Amino acid sequence: MPDPMKIRATLQGDVADVRVLMAHPMETGQRKQGGKVVPLHFIQTITAQLNGRTVFSADISQAISRNPVFAFKVKGAKAGDKITVTWKDNEGESRTDEATVRGGS
Amino acid sequence: MQQTRRSVIKAGGALGLLAVLGSALLRPGRALAAWNTSAFGAKSAVDAMKALGMTNAEDSKDIAIRAPDIAENGAVVPIDITSNIAGTRSISVFIEKNPFPYTGTFDFPEGTVPYVHLRAKLGKSTPVRVVAAAGGKFYTTAKEVKVTIGGCGG
Repeated sequence: MPDPMKIRATLQGDVADVRVLMAHPMETGQRKQGGKVVPLHFIQTITAQLNGRTVFSADISQAISRNPVFAFKVKGAKAGDKITVTWKDNEGESRTDEATVRGGS
Repeated sequence: MQQTRRSVIKAGGALGLLAVLGSALLRPGRALAAWNTSAFGAKSAVDAMKALGMTNAEDSKDIAIRAPDIAENGAVVPIDITSNIAGTRSISVFIEKNPFPYTGTFDFPEGTVPYVHLRAKLGKSTPVRVVAAAGGKFYTTAKEVKVTIGGCGG
């Protein structure tokens, strides 16, 4: 089971500023270790939902850095709303985590 | 004879219908499309854009790319992209001189700000090209990033 994501969702007015850190090696299939090529292993799809409604999705390549970080902004969010993020990689592994939208400063 | 002719015409009609459905599925906009193997496998940004149906993208000053002019570490280059084009539904990123330039597409349903922050690997100095899709049209801009240590191959 991959490590959990770190999700932070902070309100700025009615816009939730969402930042996600995923734990993933994002192997490009080009790196060598001990003379052997480390096989391609990377996240392919990401979806985010706010209270069950899809608010962000992405298809990505192995060119995204190791332990990927993404940020996006969702309008019409309130403190206490649930934000859920799911990723799936090329080996069929996936991970879903949830966070609560917090009021901003 | 008559019967055969009839069935041939029917078969042709079915094929035509399939073709129509097929082209509907391949329409730009990418809605519900699966992870695009041919675009991600393309070795040039131009081929990747073709595979995504992003033809005739027009240059636009309304897409802002914030990335370092010089990246000391190509393995982690932070990139912030904002589209100020009304109705932007997706932003796609192409790192032109990477072995596989197409880096990803970010979709923004109604209510999501057309903004994304990502961190990417840049093999060497390269233009970072962004294509925004809005109202069935494509808009593009690029920013050059100089890399002093590559991010591929380690």
